[in-house]
Amino acid sequence: MCGATQGGVSVAGLDLSKEAIIQGRVLRNGVPVGNAYVRLLDGSGEFTAELPTSATGHFRFFAGDGSWTLRSMAPGAKADRSVTAARGTVVEVDVEL
Amino acid sequence: MSRQEVLVDADWVAEHGADENVVLVEVDEDTTAYDGGHIAGAVKLDWKTDLQDPVRRDFVNRQQFEALLSERGISNDDTVVLYGGNNNWFAAYAYWYFKLYGHQKALLLDGGRKKWELDARELSTETVTRPATSYVASDPDLSIRAFRDEVIGAIGTDSLVDVRSPDEYAGRLLAPAHLPQEQAQRGGHIPTAISVPWSKAANDDGTFKSDQELKDLYGAAGLDWDRDIIAYCRIGERSAHTWFVLHEILEQDNVKNYDGSWTEYGSLVGVPVAVGDEPGEA
Repeated sequence: MCGATQGGVSVAGLDLSKEAIIQGRVLRNGVPVGNAYVRLLDGSGEFTAELPTSATGHFRFFAGDGSWTLRSMAPGAKADRSVTAARGTVVEVDVEL
Repeated sequence: MSRQEVLVDADWVAEHGADENVVLVEVDEDTTAYDGGHIAGAVKLDWKTDLQDPVRRDFVNRQQFEALLSERGISNDDTVVLYGGNNNWFAAYAYWYFKLYGHQKALLLDGGRKKWELDARELSTETVTRPATSYVASDPDLSIRAFRDEVIGAIGTDSLVDVRSPDEYAGRLLAPAHLPQEQAQRGGHIPTAISVPWSKAANDDGTFKSDQELKDLYGAAGLDWDRDIIAYCRIGERSAHTWFVLHEILEQDNVKNYDGSWTEYGSLVGVPVAVGDEPGEA
């Protein structure tokens, strides 16, 4: 769920005042999934960005203010999650497939 | 060209990837993907270190391209099958490049690395080496590459297609959202450019939509097929994907990729810029 940044990827070195960061992990039965694909859709459902998760299941987007959808894909699984982002904040999301 | 002549699917690669005169080439922005596992037999091209000039902002010239392909063991007669991450953005960019330098037989793996992975197909970590060749490139085919002055002259005259995400088009974001928000000096788009995000041409798994869906997509967006068409994005890789759709799949011969794209245009002094969701006036 969206919550504190504890345990998340370090944001050291980033200018957080300019960025609306959405980051977190993709999990299957609570276990991080590396090399899953996470795409960020904007408020109208249009594709904005996509990346594969790291070996530890992590992803990070530099979004803008507003509502977004995270669409996660791995072999045989797909899940959507809604997220609200704002400049100057870091949203942590764990997506369960 | 048509879809059958420019695209292959994973089954074709599984069957023919090891054939003589077929060379699989993975093209990535981040080549750690290749190093972590690639399609068996594939060599890699690094979008930045292999395909861009190390000093000037430009891509490698003819001699550098010849040296690169010779070193990777690619011959003029080889059938080159390109694939990569980011929904084949960089593979499409490399494809455009192979065509620019006159390579005859180039193909894209439909869906690229993502579909291969989502289908849980095998990846290899074996080091791939091919014997060096003596590749000979042609002079660059500038009928498929646009430069900034031509783009400025195209405002209100030719068809400009901005293929970035809607938020980049409007000026609300300066880069794709997986990257920090920096680069161009200004946000927005080239006046009169229509917005057709590259992603509308692809399915969720990265494969290209059908010919009819693609025609409908650009038709509904108001693309004037009779005018010369210039596609652009931020650095020219997503617009290479759209160039591939328009020029190679839909067989429109009057299409150029503006690889300078928004990182160049959005930093030029004195050029017109439109912000917001509408194309704007010339």
